[in-house]
Amino acid sequence: MARTANLAQAGVLDIAPVDPIPSGSSKINVGQNERWLSVGAGLLVANIGIRRGGIGGVLLTALGATLALRGASGYCPINDALGRDTSDDKTETNVLEISKSVTINKPREEVYQFWRKLENLPQFMRHLEDVKQTDERRSHWVARLDSENIAAKALPKVEWDADIVEEEENSRLVWRSVPGATIDNSGEVRFVDAPGNRGTEVHATIKYRPPQGIVGEAVLKLLNPAFKQMVKEDIRRFKRLMETGEIPTNEGPSGRKPETINPALRQPIQNTQTTPQQDTPQSQTKPSITDESIVL
Amino acid sequence: MRALCYNGRNDLRVERVPDPEIVNPQDIILRVIMSSVCGSDLHLLNGYVPTMQEGDIIGHEFIGEVVEIGPDVKKLRRGDRVVVGSIIGCGECSYCQSQSWSLCDNSNPNAYMVEPLYGYSPAGIFGYSHAFGGYAGSHAEYIRVPFADRGCFLIPEGVKDESAVFCSDAFPTGFMGADMADIRPGDTVAVWGCGAVGQMAIRSAYLLGAERVIAMDRHKHLLEQAKNNSNAEVLSIDEIDIQEALKEMTGGRGPDRCIDAVGMEAVSSSPQYYYDKAKQWVRLENDRPIVLREAIKACRKGGTISIIGVYGGFVDSIPMGAAMNKGLTFKMGQMHAQKYIPRLLDYVANGQVDTSDLLTYKMPLEEGQRGYDYFNSKSNNTTRVVFTP
Ligand SMILES: NC(=O)c1ccc[n+]([C@@H]2O[C@H](COP(=O)([O-])OP(=O)(O)OC[C@H]3O[C@@H](n4cnc5c(N)ncnc54)[C@H](O)[C@@H]3O)[C@@H](O)[C@H]2O)c1
Ligand SMILES: [Zn+2]
Ligand SMILES: [Zn+2]
Repeated sequence: MARTANLAQAGVLDIAPVDPIPSGSSKINVGQNERWLSVGAGLLVANIGIRRGGIGGVLLTALGATLALRGASGYCPINDALGRDTSDDKTETNVLEISKSVTINKPREEVYQFWRKLENLPQFMRHLEDVKQTDERRSHWVARLDSENIAAKALPKVEWDADIVEEEENSRLVWRSVPGATIDNSGEVRFVDAPGNRGTEVHATIKYRPPQGIVGEAVLKLLNPAFKQMVKEDIRRFKRLMETGEIPTNEGPSGRKPETINPALRQPIQNTQTTPQQDTPQSQTKPSITDESIVL
Repeated sequence: MRALCYNGRNDLRVERVPDPEIVNPQDIILRVIMSSVCGSDLHLLNGYVPTMQEGDIIGHEFIGEVVEIGPDVKKLRRGDRVVVGSIIGCGECSYCQSQSWSLCDNSNPNAYMVEPLYGYSPAGIFGYSHAFGGYAGSHAEYIRVPFADRGCFLIPEGVKDESAVFCSDAFPTGFMGADMADIRPGDTVAVWGCGAVGQMAIRSAYLLGAERVIAMDRHKHLLEQAKNNSNAEVLSIDEIDIQEALKEMTGGRGPDRCIDAVGMEAVSSSPQYYYDKAKQWVRLENDRPIVLREAIKACRKGGTISIIGVYGGFVDSIPMGAAMNKGLTFKMGQMHAQKYIPRLLDYVANGQVDTSDLLTYKMPLEEGQRGYDYFNSKSNNTTRVVFTP
């Protein structure tokens, strides 16, 4: 029998009871043919929009981008709003689970309070650009998917809202994205005193429901296993930041080229791939998907 | 700046590379005064450590002058002359705080690369492959030193550069070899390898109370040095049956403490050596544990094996039965520089130990390849070559 590392699902870890609500693009409600038409029409419209420029151009670009997304992801917000489902058979995608535990040589209150101030998270979560607490429970998240993956190119920025659904001061946080996120997600972080004054154990489990459709397939590729590792590296960076006040790095002009060994994990390589010299006219004609069209 | 860069197996070139800059608040930039070769570099150059890339600056045993200081550095001033431990420790994790600096949880940015093989990642090391952090090394005009307050130590006035440089790596490593051996009064200590690390292990064993030290190597000049400067009794491995000699020299008991200061590239004239070499060649085995096998057999019952020679991956035919049934204790590890350096600088400053005789040649970076050729073959009476960038 295959051995699983999905420890929460396997019941090894008693954590993260809450699954992401299937919504938005992790649900398919656009049929195959309709989707390809949408992609084509979308890209065409976006193209014209870009070439025309001006306000009309921007609007066309946005419309085209929305169509293209609808086609690529198989999810149409308008169909959803109308309760219309044109897909051949309904599917909900599987939940992807990522767990990581670290022991941090600092008191539990300090570790918890740093995490609880969600604005701090982008300091160690590399793919996050910004998190804003909008009220006591709700927060707004902006992530970057900078990578060579086609989904990442189509969706350079992803935004969603999340709610803290359970909170125990200094010991536990459970959150879930609000229906409508591009990648539905939920998770739990637990803060436990490590035995014998070893500091604080942090147990984090995050669950994702990747979108369906061709974007979904690409996002899945993006999510596994390099993405898993990236999330685990985030938690490791959290430990490093808490313990030392900085995140040790070999980056910077110190004579060494960035690693090419596992590009999926390395920021520098991703950065060099988006340097201006690569910004060829061809890449400028790609639909630039605006925030509105993503946060559906 | 100019730097000595790895370009493939035994291919070193001086290249122009960007100057380092302060990246993190606890960094400093050091102008390198002296940077030494080390046996560990040979493992990189001979292709036994994976994850080296063309353009990597090597070198990890060095001293320098502080030229730039990050905002969170408290103890150092511009112009300070410091020796830097070759292994990077954050000072805050549970390992650093219990003085096990080479096990630092935080200093290896590429921890994920070693975890599949090792389970958990050891500390980052300057200029020592990407798996050990991908940090730029010290064979360069300048180097960025992370966690500088932890890793840099002021060189006392009156201590020459030529002595101080070996307090970075060779001396702490040799000293830790003797420290881990748990030497008691009256003990005989056997040391395999008379390179700089072995020489320092011999001198440290005496500092820690050894009665006798017997040292082994194959190079005449190193054996001479071990005898004359380190005060050891010496055995040439190509001429003498080591097992018999160690047994007879110790009244049939065997040495109490055995220190492996050779590691994965041990040589010998035995058939086992060619067997290991062949296996290494086809990558069935990474390391040749010749010395380890020999030490396990030679050690007295209930004795200690202290391993400071570096192993990287897999070894085989370890006589585990002998080790188990003789009740041996194994201690090993990369050295905890920050734990030992202050004490070692004291020894050097007050004249108890001299390290400067380890330096055989001083060369500019441009002669890097020649320096390593001398060192690799131990030709021209070389113990250590030191570059002055
Ligand atoms: N643990 C640490 O932190 C640390 C730090 C520095 C160096 N090291 C390791 O220590 C070892 C020695 O370093 P070094 O700089 O002195 O290297 P070195 O190359 O100068 O010395 C190694 C010596 O071992 C001798 N040797 C080879 N096979 C032998 C055998 N079968 N019996 C006896 N001697 C043998 C060689 O002739 C050579 O003189 C290396 O493995 C190096 O990687 C470890
Ligand atoms: Zn070394
Ligand atoms: Zn540490």
